[in-house]
Amino acid sequence: MLRDITLGQYYQTESVIHRLDPRVKLTGTILYIISLFLFNQFTGYLVAALFLCVVIRLSKVPFRYMVRGMKAILFLLLFTMAFNLFLTPGEPLVQFWKLTITREGLRISVFMAIRLTFLIIGSSVMTLTTTPNHLTDGMEKLMGPLKKVRVPVHEVSMMMSIALRFIPILMEETDKIMKAQIARGADFESGNLVKKAKAMVPLLVPLFISAFRRANDLAMAMEARCYQGGAGRTKMKPLQYARRDYLAYGVLIAYLLALMLMKYVGSFI
Amino acid sequence: MAIVLDHVSYIYEKDTEMAAFALKDICLTIPDGQFIGLIGHTGSGKSTLVQHLNGLLAPTGGHIYYNGKDIHADGFDKKELRSRVGLVFQYPEHQLFEVDVFTDVCFGPKNLGLSRKETELRAFEALRQVGFPEEYFYQSPFDLSGGQKRRVAIAGVLAMKPDVLVLDEPTAGLDPKGRDEILDRIAALKAETGITVVLVSHSMEDIAKYVDRIIVMNRGSVLFDDVPAEVFRHDAELEAVGLAAPQMTYIMRTLRRRGMEVGTDVTTLEEAEREILRVLGK
Repeated sequence: MLRDITLGQYYQTESVIHRLDPRVKLTGTILYIISLFLFNQFTGYLVAALFLCVVIRLSKVPFRYMVRGMKAILFLLLFTMAFNLFLTPGEPLVQFWKLTITREGLRISVFMAIRLTFLIIGSSVMTLTTTPNHLTDGMEKLMGPLKKVRVPVHEVSMMMSIALRFIPILMEETDKIMKAQIARGADFESGNLVKKAKAMVPLLVPLFISAFRRANDLAMAMEARCYQGGAGRTKMKPLQYARRDYLAYGVLIAYLLALMLMKYVGSFI
Repeated sequence: MAIVLDHVSYIYEKDTEMAAFALKDICLTIPDGQFIGLIGHTGSGKSTLVQHLNGLLAPTGGHIYYNGKDIHADGFDKKELRSRVGLVFQYPEHQLFEVDVFTDVCFGPKNLGLSRKETELRAFEALRQVGFPEEYFYQSPFDLSGGQKRRVAIAGVLAMKPDVLVLDEPTAGLDPKGRDEILDRIAALKAETGITVVLVSHSMEDIAKYVDRIIVMNRGSVLFDDVPAEVFRHDAELEAVGLAAPQMTYIMRTLRRRGMEVGTDVTTLEEAEREILRVLGK
């Protein structure tokens, strides 16, 4: 019933992108997202699109997996487009009733749509090619300097990885409890909103209880293994940059330089 | 009045790379009033099969008929089916949610749209049937012991007065005493009301004593479907699929090999005792 929801949707395969250090992928994604907002000529988007295509190609993840993430934000995308389209002042292009589409509005809304699309696909590439464990590992390492200002970096990343780990478990549990209550004649589908909300009680109470029970068990198991938090803790597989990671950083810098060059050249045209 | 499975197949994650056969071409008839043991190793498809019996899962191939009607045909009342075929899941105590035991047991009959009086009568009767002590009726179900919680959960399904009771490993995680108590209760209930019972288990020991038919599952198919004595004759095949005949069967066979003229179609301790005494001429 709930199998269709994919969170932390890792796609298992062998590729250069998969093997990259998660820190590279994290910084890369963040820089890519920032880069999308640095320019507003079509040439810039061309470079961004090209870069994304090459990365997707290298990752060997089927394209339909990338697009899947788009479904969730389709509404947001259309909403943003409509607002920008109708509410940007400027030179009128089309006019009907009380709505006016301006030249500037069209331009901004198209740019906005492209930006959002690239942004979502760009971050999908990261989550599709990095296991959740690797991702939190990378985050912990990247945020390492924040420890100096007393940010509990290790604890935060531990919480994140536990939360990610529990998502599929709780989904399965929900499915099981739902079936058990349906077998007892529960009805989760019909009725108005109030009735539907009330029907959730037999599902949510056991789910919460089981979540607490699992959390308790996990805490006990961690304590039994003398878990004490981050201080002095070593890793079995510490993150280490390889040659390809430095190469990837190089490519990233080249991409940013290319963009800036485009912007500089573009400003003369 | 029976459940008929006609060439039922089920594939998990159909149409994806991870597609896996859970049931392969199952043909079964579950007539009224039988006490059936459904046995198989972990992952043999037992739990998937029982979820088909009340329409929770729809087969990816084949048909299921309840009293001659296809349960996945348009216009078939699934809610009605679920009250007729009561399914008790594994670890059913995890589905308890109400403030007290009695209200929780009322949940099933209340969903059937029965009057308050009828609902409470049924809840009371169901709790009595599972042997739940009356003084704890208004306690929170979460304060009970594991065995008592399980009784409450089973009562929650019994209160719907099903014609067929399906129990998915009702004794998992219970100590031997709790296990025997639950199984004895179910056997007593069967004798009292003539209800059809399907008992899922992976232990022959548990069910040999009670059932009059055993269905052995292996990798999504039915391996054997016969009376217990017949099934236990295939002990070599059973062991090959990770199961075993009851210990008494093995003991009697060893005795026979050592020259004692005992019959080997023996499954329980009592039968073994009788058989040995008979041979010894007492």
